[in-house]
Parts: sequence; structure tokens; C-alpha cells
Amino acid sequence: MSTNSLTSTGRAGDSGDKIFSGATLAAGGLILAVLFSVAVFLLIQALPTFSADPAEITGGEGFGSYILPIVIGTVIAATIALLIATPLGIGVALFISHYAPRRLAQVFGYVIDLLAAIPSVVYGAWGYAVLAPQLALAYAWLAENLGWIPIFEGPASQTGRTMLTAGIVLAVMVLPIITSLSREIFLQTPNLHEEAALAMGATRWEMIRMAVLPFARPGIVSAAMLGLGRALGETMAVALVLSGGALDASLIRSGNQTIAAEIALNFPEAFGLRLSELIAAGLVLFVITLAVNMIARWIISRHKEFSGAN
Amino acid sequence: MTNATLSRRKSQLTKGKLPRYTVWVVLGAAVVLAAAVSALVGFSIVSWTIFAAVFFVAGATIVTATVEGGRKATDSLATYLVYGCFLLALLPLLSVIWTVLERGLPGISYDFLFTSMNGVTGAVDNDAAENGTPVLGGAYHAVIGTLQITLWATLISVPIGLLAAIYLIEYGTGGPLTRAITFFVDVMTGIPSIVAGLFAAALFGLLFGPGTRTGFVAAVALSVLMIPVVVRSTEEMLKIVPNELREASYALGVRKWRTITRVVIPTAISGIASGVTLAIARVIGETAPILVTAGFASAINWNVFSGWMSTLPTFIYYQILTPTSPTSIDASTQRAWAAALLLILMVMLLNLVARLVARMFAPKTSR
Repeated sequence: MSTNSLTSTGRAGDSGDKIFSGATLAAGGLILAVLFSVAVFLLIQALPTFSADPAEITGGEGFGSYILPIVIGTVIAATIALLIATPLGIGVALFISHYAPRRLAQVFGYVIDLLAAIPSVVYGAWGYAVLAPQLALAYAWLAENLGWIPIFEGPASQTGRTMLTAGIVLAVMVLPIITSLSREIFLQTPNLHEEAALAMGATRWEMIRMAVLPFARPGIVSAAMLGLGRALGETMAVALVLSGGALDASLIRSGNQTIAAEIALNFPEAFGLRLSELIAAGLVLFVITLAVNMIARWIISRHKEFSGAN
Repeated sequence: MTNATLSRRKSQLTKGKLPRYTVWVVLGAAVVLAAAVSALVGFSIVSWTIFAAVFFVAGATIVTATVEGGRKATDSLATYLVYGCFLLALLPLLSVIWTVLERGLPGISYDFLFTSMNGVTGAVDNDAAENGTPVLGGAYHAVIGTLQITLWATLISVPIGLLAAIYLIEYGTGGPLTRAITFFVDVMTGIPSIVAGLFAAALFGLLFGPGTRTGFVAAVALSVLMIPVVVRSTEEMLKIVPNELREASYALGVRKWRTITRVVIPTAISGIASGVTLAIARVIGETAPILVTAGFASAINWNVFSGWMSTLPTFIYYQILTPTSPTSIDASTQRAWAAALLLILMVMLLNLVARLVARMFAPKTSR
């Protein structure tokens, strides 16, 4: 009897084991399948665009000349965001990891993380209603005094809803990403390196420059890359803030457009070929962000192997 | 002789060092000077602040450089800049929160919370603007849509995310499949939300004909964004479950899957729950995927499987971009900010719950 029940429960448990491990494996495989099918379904739906008569594509000159300006616009917006957010983010991360009083550091960390908790549409509304009118004054000044630089060429936008404003809003949105990742890396700096630098008579800044920053460099690079990925794909802030248009070198006039905002603004009314065009644009965005993210992850994983040796 | 050495030694400690109050003196001087300069070019709070900051940093650095030397000056300059970065980063946060509170609070009322936009037309808003009748219409339908879509997204992504994380930690052997999943989960975290929306739209477009937009399509789109977050946080939590617990369970002859469901997961449940809550908080504010998958509705729709749906983010977006009454947009703006306040409160609440859950149900480790 007892032997019987032992062997029978054994078999039942065995099948439980198999079902459970099978389920976990299936879930893992499903994730790979989803990522793969994102690419496949976008490609299928985008196909009509690539085979369509160039004259039927928006702009009338084929998909290439339709997508190029908004790709450039996307890159410009993300570049502005990154140029502002990277130094600022490193500064904030240093403040939290090395400058703020120990007791308050964690609280400050939460506060900066709150920036990440605010939904993107609220940032868009804020940029549209609060930031843009403020910046319009600054743009008028820039156009008057620095108008000879192409990017500040006037006449400045009266509403302030320009590429530079969109870039600044994006910078605010990627700031918490860059800050939290760099902060993690800064805190991982070997204490002995820091103490050694201080013991040699280095000031706090010299210690940071000699011990913390070299150690954290790959981390900072990948944090910036992840921020870039976010900035490239961010939709609502740009859709609400930017009053879009044709490609324009000046950042303080209305004009330019990003891929994500172009999709969001036109998708609800799109059908037929236009729909396929927008999905193709989404595919382009997907490929760009995928490349950026993969490079960032690759840098992180390479760094992990290094830091293991330390 | 002795006196001389004593006094000399004492002075040597503080020699070439600035007294502590120097910073405040320089700050005061900078503020006064900035007010004067700012008044010359046309006084405003913004220019005053900018001038004061520049004067303070320059002044304090120069004073330090002359008294304490170049290295100390670089150090203090770096300190001021780092503090400045933090203050600068606080500005948008405070501004956003202040704006949302200031403009959103007047719009929050019983009507706003418990009526939909059904039947509210431009004429109603015009009436409110001209005759001072109360602003009608609310976000009830959007709140319902948000909760429904988020609930379905959670129902889809939590089991998949949880099981995948278990596979990675408990069953994965570090082979190519494990590494591929880990890598692509990381990559998936970076998928732009609008691409996730397009994917769901393309998938259901192929299956059920183009233009299929329902709450469920939106839930699938949100799941694509949510799964990697759930996997990531669950993985971290499973990793910190001590191996001794698993081994003790195996030693008692317990099957692996029973060990996982009865020992490992209960130990890590607080962290998993808080990770799931944070993932919900992340997707509840998403706008772009909803825009392309669920369309937009002004009436209440309880059914996620048919008909268009609104969520709070798309409600905000459309109220701002296409006001209900093009001539008097104040009513729409007020509704948008009230909805923004509601949405931020939801997200903050979820974040708070996540932290509380993590703290309250934390496993009791060694006593």
C-alpha cells in the first residue's frame, strides 16, 4: 500500500514538474516570439508602402523622401534632449551619490524618481501650456541677438511650440533614466579607490574625477544610450508641444516633425495606404530604437564582465 | 616661545582657509548685485535668479581661488555646479506638480468624476463660458476605460512575466536560450510605446480586418510594454531568495515545482507584488498605444472586446488638441487638467502602494 502510494504520487508529481517547467519555458519562448512578431507584423502591414507607386505616397516622391525629414527631426529632438539631460543627469546623480547628506540622499533619490512617474501626456500638456509660452520670450531674444547662427534663425515662433521646446521637454523626461542608472554605477565605485584618492590629499572633485568617473564611464555611456532610446520613441510630449511642419534648420521656428508624433497625429484618421505608410514609419522607428538599445545593452554586458574582475 | 608656537600652530590650521560664513556672504552679495543688474535690463524673477546664480558661482569661485588656491577653487566650483544641477532638475518637477494642482483642482467635482462626455457638445461649453453655467461633462468613461484596459493588460502580462522569470532563474541553465531571453527582455524595455501600439493594431488588423480598435487591442499593446518590466523585477526578487531554502525543501523530498510555488514564490512575493504594481503604474499613463489601438469614445463602454474606448491619457490629449468647443476652450482645458491631476494621483498612489507592499510583506529574514 505504502509503496504503491509512493510510486503513484511520484508519477503525479513528475507530471506536475513537467507541466510547470513546460509552462515557464513556453512563457519565455512567448516573449521571444512577441518581439519577433512585432517586427514581422509591422513588416507585413508596411509592405504595401514599399511596393506602392511613389506618387501615391504622402509628399508624392516615394517613401524615402517622406521618411527622411521625420527621421532627421526625430534625431534632432533626441539630440537636444540628450545634450541637456546627460550633463544634468550626471550632476544630479553625483549630487545624490556623493554630495547630498547621507540621510537625505535617499529622499532626494525618490524625489528625482517622481519625475519618471509623471505620465508623458502630462509633460506634453505642461510643455504646451506652461513651458512654451515662457520660452517664446527667450526665443524672441535669441532670434534678435543670435539670429546669425542657423539654428537660432528668426522669426521666432510666437507660441514657443518649437523643436527646442520639444527637446527640452524630452530632456526632462529622460533625466530620471540617466540619473538613476548613473547613480547606481556611482554607488558601485570601489570604496577603496575613493578612500585612496582622498588619502592622497585629493579634493572631493579630484577624487570624483580620478576614481568615480573613470569607473563609471561605460555605465554613463549606456545610461545615455538608454535615454536616447526613450527620447527617440517618445510620442505624446512631441505631439502636443511641437507645432510640426517641414524640415527646418532653425530650432526656434515651428516646423520639423518626429516619427512618433507623426504617427500619433495621423493614425486615428488614417486608412488604406496612409495606414500602411505610418506603420512603415513605425517600423523604421522600431529598427532605430532597437539598434540603440542593443548597443547600450551590449556596452552594459561587456562592462559587467569587467567589473566582475575588480 | 611656547606662546608663540601655540598661537602659530593655531593660526596654521585655519591659515589660508575661508571662514564658513563666506559662502553666505558671497550669496547675499550676489543676490543684491543680481537684483541691481536685473533691474537694468528689465526686472523679472527669472533674470534675477539667473544673474544671482551666475554671480554667486563666479564670485565664490574667485574668492576661493584667491584665498585657498586653484585646486580648492575647482573643487568648490564643481560642488556648486552639482548642487545647481539638482536644483535645476527640481524646477520642472515642481512646475509640473504646481501647474497640475493649480489648474486641475478647480475642475475636480462630483460631476467630473461620475459623468461621461456623452452628450456634452460645444454648445454646452459655450453656454458655460457665456452664461456661467457649470462646466458639464467628466472623465467617468475615461476612468472606466483606464481601469479596464489596465486590468486586462495586467491579467495578460503578469502570468507570462512571472513564468518567464521563473524559467530564467529556476530552470535556465545559462544556455543560449536563457541568454537570448534575458537580452531581448532588456531590449523590449526600450520599445517605443507607439511601436507597441502599432504592433497590436497590425496584429488585430490582420486577424479581424483593418481598423479593429477595442479596449482589448490596447490591453495587448500595453502588455508588450508591461511584460519586460514584470520579468525584470520578478527576476531580481527570485535571485535574492536564499538557496538554502530551496535545498531544505529538496532535502524533504519536495518536487521542484512544489518548491517553487510553495517556498520560493511566497518568500519573494512582496517584491514581486511591488514590481507588478510599479509596472501597472508605468503603463497606466501610456497614451500613444491607446491612441492607435482603442480609438476614442465620449460615452461609457464597459466591454473591452467591442467598441472604442477612452482612457484618461487619451482624454487629456483630445481635450487639449481638439477642444469640445473650438471657440471657448477653457472648459476643455479645465477638464484636461482635472484629468491630469486624477491620473497623477493614480500613478503616485500605485507607486506608494508598491513601496508599502515591499516594506510590509518583506520576508522575515534571520531573527
